[in-house]
Amino acid sequence: MLKQLNTIFTHRNFIYGSVRQDLAIRYKKSIFGVFWLILQPLSTILVYTIVFSQVMQPRLPDAKGPYDFSIFLCSGLLTWALFADILNRSQSMFTENANLLKKLNFPRICIPVIEVTSATLTFCFTIMIFFCFLIILGHFPGFVVMSILPIIALQIALAASLGLTLGVLNVFFRDIGHALAVILQFWFWLTPIVYPLSIIPKWAQAIVNLNPMTAVVIAYQNVFTQGSIPSFKMLLPTFIVTLLTLFASLMLYSKKSNEMVDEL
Amino acid sequence: MDSITVSNLGKAYLHYSTPWSRITEWLSPFDKKKHSLKWVLKSINFSVSAGEAVGIIGMNGAGKSTLLKLISGTTRPSTGTIELNGAVSALLELGLGFHPEFSGRQNCIVAAQLLGITENEVQQLLPEIIAFSELEECIDDPIRTYSTGMQVRLAFAVATAIRPEILIVDEALAVGDAYFQRKCFAKIKSFQDRGTTLLFVSHDPGSIRALCSKVIWLENGQMRKFGDVKGVLDEYTASTYAKEQMLVRTEPEKLIGSEFEYSTDKKRDCRLDFINHTNLRNDLEISDFYPQNMGWGDGTSKVTDVLLCDKNGRPANWIIGGENVSLVIKAKTMTTIENVAAGFQVRNKFGQILFGDNTFLTNIDNPLIFEKDRVFEAIFNFMMPILPQGLYSITAAVIYGSQKNHVVSSWMDDAVMFESHNGIAVSGLVGVPMINIEIK
Repeated sequence: MLKQLNTIFTHRNFIYGSVRQDLAIRYKKSIFGVFWLILQPLSTILVYTIVFSQVMQPRLPDAKGPYDFSIFLCSGLLTWALFADILNRSQSMFTENANLLKKLNFPRICIPVIEVTSATLTFCFTIMIFFCFLIILGHFPGFVVMSILPIIALQIALAASLGLTLGVLNVFFRDIGHALAVILQFWFWLTPIVYPLSIIPKWAQAIVNLNPMTAVVIAYQNVFTQGSIPSFKMLLPTFIVTLLTLFASLMLYSKKSNEMVDEL
Repeated sequence: MDSITVSNLGKAYLHYSTPWSRITEWLSPFDKKKHSLKWVLKSINFSVSAGEAVGIIGMNGAGKSTLLKLISGTTRPSTGTIELNGAVSALLELGLGFHPEFSGRQNCIVAAQLLGITENEVQQLLPEIIAFSELEECIDDPIRTYSTGMQVRLAFAVATAIRPEILIVDEALAVGDAYFQRKCFAKIKSFQDRGTTLLFVSHDPGSIRALCSKVIWLENGQMRKFGDVKGVLDEYTASTYAKEQMLVRTEPEKLIGSEFEYSTDKKRDCRLDFINHTNLRNDLEISDFYPQNMGWGDGTSKVTDVLLCDKNGRPANWIIGGENVSLVIKAKTMTTIENVAAGFQVRNKFGQILFGDNTFLTNIDNPLIFEKDRVFEAIFNFMMPILPQGLYSITAAVIYGSQKNHVVSSWMDDAVMFESHNGIAVSGLVGVPMINIEIK
């Protein structure tokens, strides 16, 4: 484990270079370049805000202003996007780099690190725009916003360890890639992103509460809509699940990573 | 000390009859094996001492690439061990990790970092890498605008930027033009001279012969033979020929020589008239003198032109193997020099000298003294050998002193390049024109 961390450190230049390339490639040859990186989350935020504050005007149980629902929605939607992005990238990371893995002896653990870092950096842009939006609306929660840092870390850890598992499994069973799209669809609706937990029946709440992402998303929503520090006690089960997933994924990876190269 | 020691090495791939059997094996708590092993390499034993060059030869699917992958560490052996002393650099494929949208320079940096070279080192090595790849003019263009050959040049330059203790090369050099291939061979040679151990895989006995002193012959995943180049390669060639003979039934041979009459005093290959009317004709296409090639020397003279002329003495674009040709080296003195002589060497794409000559003996009783700014030329008339397909170059030089103890006044590598398009009638490095052939 320590050895892995050390190899990541010695290859930090490669990781840094690859992440930069990965971000740059999407906007290379486009006229507006990085502008698109800003425009995409901006359009998401604007569309939902306009639709839900002007057109549909749904009400949260304890809503105060017209923008409450869009803030509620965006805080779940944008962070879910990070989760889904990491899973989608990780699922295909080994199969897409098959040639590199087969022909070059370099630390394979760099690949997941590159994917997660790259997804996280994209998310940083998104969250900055969200902050700007909140400041403009006068809903910026202030210093409390710092409390999302540990939640983001927890969410990334959960996504990364699930992603590592999926990435390894996808080498052996290519069904994983197809299945993930379907699973993410269900998972999204089983997480209280578009609806508050309180409006669904008790029995359904019990099911949704089993989802480790529920606590994470609710924590974000609390920070952004009420400006309250999230309850870390509520996040404890997710934290344990994350630790277990992380352990399992590293076990799987260390056991199967050599066989993986033969299978690619 | 041994640089590579391989003992009892074997590699087997797991084979599952269905993907389901893999799942059941993974999930089953018992140690029940549901797979069968597919052995691609078995009981390989050899050791290579430091600085030695070993070729690996074998038919497709013999396990050559698997062996290299095992030694370079991308896959793990199923049985046996590999001991390595020193840093390994493996050129299993050139251009790994290149991204088409980025410039040559950016790709260089990332590719070098992939090899574990730090940013600072890369910056130091970069000028050298770019110079070797000869891509100075387009290094900042995206790689997608490069030709395959240019990408290979860049990739090779990056991969060999640092001299490794152990260099593994897998036919990666089979691409790129002959000129660059020669350059790559020269670089590998220079690594070897400085003590790098080389493992080189190829189908081509010629390139193995040019680089290696020992050969491993793999057949069906096993080591058929390990030993000195000549013995193993001869046996290998014999065995592949034997296989071909079984596949292609040869027609009863026509003794083409008997149908024609030749007078030997013409002193040309007796079969030339016949061959030159068939597609067996050994056409050699000549490129112009490369004046941009600066050459080296002590500056007392300069080679100004090198020409290959046909049998009528006219500079030729095409000549035919087996015909009389003349090679003209034109040069100019910069200062007065004594005991001047001129010479040439013809080399193949591996840089092996095929033949050459000089004017020392011609003027041994009458040493030449040329004053400053004297323009002179040396003419060599000879019968061009019949050359196998490939690129050749002529090195021309002006030297002075004695044959044993001389100073290079002006030396020019690759002064003239020429390419043989059809050398199928030749076996060996060159075909010597036969003046007479008889069968009695």
